[in-house]
Amino acid sequence: MKIAVCIKRVPDTEVRFAIGTDRKSIDPTGLKFDLSDFDGYAIEVALRLKEQQGGGEVVALSLGPDGTQEILRKALSMGIDRAVHLQADAIPFDALSIARALVPELEGQGFELILFGRNATDTGNACVGPMTAELLGMPCVTAVSHLELSEARGIAQRELEGVTETVSFPLPAVLTIDEGIARPRLPSLKGIMAAKKKPIDVRPAQLGEIRLSVQTLELPPERAGGRIVGEGPEAVPELVRLLRDEAKVL
Amino acid sequence: MASTFAFAEARGGALRKVAFEAVSTARRAADASGGGEAHALLLGPPGISTLAEQLGRYGADRVSVVEHPALEHYSPEVFAATAAAQLRAGNYRAGFFSASAQGRDLAPRAAAALGVGLAADIIAFELDEPALIARHPAYIGKAIASLRLEGSPALVSLRPGALAAAEAPRAARVEHAPPALDPAAARVVVTKVVARGAAKLDLGEAPVIVSGGRGLKGAEHFRLVEELAAAFGNAAVGATRAVTDDGWRPATDQIGQTGRLVSPQLYVAVGISGAIQHLAGMRTAKVIVAINKDRDAPIMKLADYAIVGDLFEIVPRLTEAVKQARAEG
Ligand SMILES: Cc1cc2nc3c(=O)[nH]c(=O)nc-3n(C[C@H](O)[C@H](O)[C@H](O)COP(=O)(O)OP(=O)(O)OC[C@H]3O[C@@H](n4cnc5c(N)ncnc54)[C@H](O)[C@@H]3O)c2cc1C
Ligand SMILES: Nc1ncnc2c1ncn2[C@@H]1O[C@H](COP(=O)(O)O)[C@@H](O)[C@H]1O
Repeated sequence: MKIAVCIKRVPDTEVRFAIGTDRKSIDPTGLKFDLSDFDGYAIEVALRLKEQQGGGEVVALSLGPDGTQEILRKALSMGIDRAVHLQADAIPFDALSIARALVPELEGQGFELILFGRNATDTGNACVGPMTAELLGMPCVTAVSHLELSEARGIAQRELEGVTETVSFPLPAVLTIDEGIARPRLPSLKGIMAAKKKPIDVRPAQLGEIRLSVQTLELPPERAGGRIVGEGPEAVPELVRLLRDEAKVL
Repeated sequence: MASTFAFAEARGGALRKVAFEAVSTARRAADASGGGEAHALLLGPPGISTLAEQLGRYGADRVSVVEHPALEHYSPEVFAATAAAQLRAGNYRAGFFSASAQGRDLAPRAAAALGVGLAADIIAFELDEPALIARHPAYIGKAIASLRLEGSPALVSLRPGALAAAEAPRAARVEHAPPALDPAAARVVVTKVVARGAAKLDLGEAPVIVSGGRGLKGAEHFRLVEELAAAFGNAAVGATRAVTDDGWRPATDQIGQTGRLVSPQLYVAVGISGAIQHLAGMRTAKVIVAINKDRDAPIMKLADYAIVGDLFEIVPRLTEAVKQARAEG
């Protein structure tokens, strides 16, 4: 089985986070980058399918600036067979422009599954996967939290608000992968060594028209938080009074 | 003057709260542009048209109803093709979906089918011709991006609960339409929808959420959180990942970066430290209450009202006080 996994390089905002001087992007000083969380799950799903079926090829695809090769290398060290880097100075916020650039790399290559993360941790858009599927004219299931494949079909489960949905789909298909489906493996030492010899093809990204852009980026409005009503159960009557009379939520 | 479009989400023969939010938002956007019409699209099994009237109450001038026996459940391909066809035919300035699980699946497909931009999961917006400016929490809620969206129709998906529905009653014209794709031709088919906790309020719809963290020390103590939620009467129960990872609560109750993103009127955090990944899912709540024994826990800095102390003493007392306050009206 031939599988593609689309992965994104995102800033690790855990350690530090500041708005850049352009007020449109985050301050790159001292930033580390990593694979977007959900994309790790997508890689794991692809690797397990390959292992189960005892063969095939898993290709990782990522659009981004030069540093993107580091996350592709990480994917290769996890067990991905080869990688494609679509070079762009920056990754646009516009999911449709990203999807359009991914399409020519995915079309007509004989992929039976094309996997995405549910959403990228920087944009939080959850759009690139279903948009790419629509442009490719392929069946698509989003936010897959459980997956079973038989010959030419798959059964996926999705967790929606309060309900679990079971979906049947034919292959080839596009899936976006939710958290918890399979914990991503860590690269082994052997994997890291092997990855050095695996190929990364580099091509310029054809982004096309961009309709959605970040105009400004700001920190969320400071909540007037931090008000300690009191200590222990004695503070409860005052809390209830505030919820009723001041916040008017009771 | 411009007309707007809203997708009205229904499930199990009833409209969801997010449907009213989308229609109400479309109404306001049409009014703000100088008074166009707000049109809604509703798909479902035969009989679903009886819900159209409710959409009129929230400002829909016209409701297109697509009834088909095969549309008992969501059908991504049929819904997307039909929404795209309606948007194409209507010459709309903007189209509103919900950033619910269904809307997050549907809106990007419709946008790609039309070749137009989509601002996803937004919490506020304005038309600033020739663009639509939308506010969207990015970087797991650490920043708010103002997005500039060019072109018509500008598609937007609304974070549930972020833009409240307001009544603007009128008698909506109901027009029946066929699905733009024959459901028999759909490749992706929802075969089963199973409710998880019966009759519980969903996290995305509940005005109040009471959430518990590791401070509860064990699954059995979640009873305290459930009782407090029951006292509010309109509350759902959430949890942190520490709790869902340990299996005290189902993974679907998890709030945060890798769980649900919620914007209730009131969020009560019980024994939750307030890790950034958790805050990412709930920091847009209108009012936040925290109960924690650690005065310096990050959640205490975010909370509008905090009580420092042992939750095992405080929560039962709060449950009684809330019950009493509600009894007094
Ligand atoms: C990639 C990634 C994604 C993640 N996604 C999520 C996510 O979506 N959602 C999420 O929630 N987490 C997520 N996490 C985990 C997150 O980092 C935290 O570990 C988690 O939120 C902590 O949960 P907690 O607040 O319940 O536990 P703790 O951090 O252990 O906090 C327990 C709190 O209870 C208080 N407490 C203890 N006893 C009492 C008592 N008797 N009375 C009152 N207070 C008491 C303590 O003071 C403490 O503040 C993610 C982590 C990673 C790395
Ligand atoms: N620049 C990119 N290169 C490759 N894949 C991407 C890129 N951006 C997003 N994706 C994929 O699309 C998913 C959803 O991204 P988003 O729509 O931005 O939330 C990610 O989890 C990735 O799988």
